[in-house]
Amino acid sequence: MTPAIVTEGLRKVYPASGRAAPGSAPAVAETVALEGLDLLVREGEFFGIIGPNGAGKTTTIGVLTTRVLPTGGTATVAGADVVRNSVTVRQRIGVVPQRPNPDRSLDAWENLIYHAAYFGVPRREAARRATELLERLDIAGKARMKVDHLSGGQQQRLMIARALIHEPTILFLDEPTVGLDPNARNSLWEILRELHGQGRTIVMTTHYMPEADELSDRIALIDRGRLLALDTPRNLKLQTSDGSLETFFIAKAGRGLDA
Amino acid sequence: MNSTSMSTNLSTNVPTQIASIERPHPPVSAWKVFVALLSRDIRVARRELPFFLVRTIMQPMLFVIVFGYLLPRMGFTQAGYQAALLPGILALSLMLSSTQSVTLPMVTEFGWTKEIEDRLLAPISTDLVAVEKIVNAMIQGIIAALVVLPLARLVMGPVAGFTFSHVPELLIVVILSAAAASAFGLLLGVLISPQQIGFMFSLIITPMIFFGCAYYPWRGLDVVPWLKYAVLVNPLVYISEGLRASLTPSVPHMPFVAIVAALAVLTAGFTWAALARFRKRAIG
Repeated sequence: MTPAIVTEGLRKVYPASGRAAPGSAPAVAETVALEGLDLLVREGEFFGIIGPNGAGKTTTIGVLTTRVLPTGGTATVAGADVVRNSVTVRQRIGVVPQRPNPDRSLDAWENLIYHAAYFGVPRREAARRATELLERLDIAGKARMKVDHLSGGQQQRLMIARALIHEPTILFLDEPTVGLDPNARNSLWEILRELHGQGRTIVMTTHYMPEADELSDRIALIDRGRLLALDTPRNLKLQTSDGSLETFFIAKAGRGLDA
Repeated sequence: MNSTSMSTNLSTNVPTQIASIERPHPPVSAWKVFVALLSRDIRVARRELPFFLVRTIMQPMLFVIVFGYLLPRMGFTQAGYQAALLPGILALSLMLSSTQSVTLPMVTEFGWTKEIEDRLLAPISTDLVAVEKIVNAMIQGIIAALVVLPLARLVMGPVAGFTFSHVPELLIVVILSAAAASAFGLLLGVLISPQQIGFMFSLIITPMIFFGCAYYPWRGLDVVPWLKYAVLVNPLVYISEGLRASLTPSVPHMPFVAIVAALAVLTAGFTWAALARFRKRAIG
């Protein structure tokens, strides 16, 4: 089976910025976000990426979704190189961002229809899929509303519908449950389980341990741009005295997830 | 949100399961994506048509009423002033509309809501996403000029020397003008942060309007030679002069070739700079 995602020695260094004059000290120092990250995600896998804020989770998703250029190393997503074949990669992935960023000039329905059009989905087919997705994600009643009138949870579900409408083979979710109430989070988990059950590859970042534990086939623990551990939640927990992922993380990283 | 209804939905509503994915991915052509991006912008523009018209017509028409109707009747302007004014008013409408229709959305979508993201994830090169913004702004600028032309003509009454006999020149000037103004608008849009919008209008757009040879022909500046050359950095000068050269050629104007060359160089320069900056902001 071909792997869904392979990264080799992935590095990302954000240059220093905010220098008042050439040679003076920069306001923001150079940041190493990824320090040689090697990952392999199998096809159909639910892959969790865990780490505290600043661990490199969002940068990893950024590189894999072609929105961040790596400084070094390589990344292949759905068989295409993220730098050389970024357009091919984009065709095959769906992305749910950390903060909902719907097209605010359009209503919920149009958000889906136009997004589908950007991916070449014929209009009739797009309408059928949009109806299905809105209904399944329980926001069919909001289809004709401007997205500003949708609650945070509803916007998040619209983002999931948008990420799915062009039928990507790999779905990326960046901390999808941040800011959601427990009800909204539970229903999102249900949806993710269903998508995974259909054989879709899912990559999800979180700094909420129970979420990764609950959903992932395998978990990558990352901190300061490095991979600390990669295994099934069960195997990771077996390595600690109290059977908790949190304890495992603290032992590996020397700090907690909320640090 | 109601989790009960969600779980009911899950267990009972089999037909509304999310479709599975085992389908091939036919690659979509860049042209098709480009058209889809453009149709999205046209949809938004159509919905905002009343605001578009107010934004587009208000300022030029106020100038038409004061300078093209009131002042001539009061006897404060010379005969023939309207022939210099009308193309300038059209130039102003075209430039303001083209520039604003790309600058303002870019500033908010990049700097504020990040909603440009869904288009940056479309399977098309990032440069073409930016070029689409320019093409859309060109269309809006040309429509603005087409709306203002009959209105201005109506208010001013017959304008001596106004002619439609130079159609090829007119087309070249209108398209290049719209391109230069739209590329300039994109450049502003990707350079400026949301907090700087007020600053942009007072320090960039307003001086451009007043020193853009819209209300007076460039040759009229013979009386203030330093200003005559200083205004050459302003793209609106070439748009105004280009429309004079093709709509009221009897009014003294810059040589047509110089106008076209300047507009082409400005379009290329603005586009190049805007794309470089757009790329930088789009890809981290």
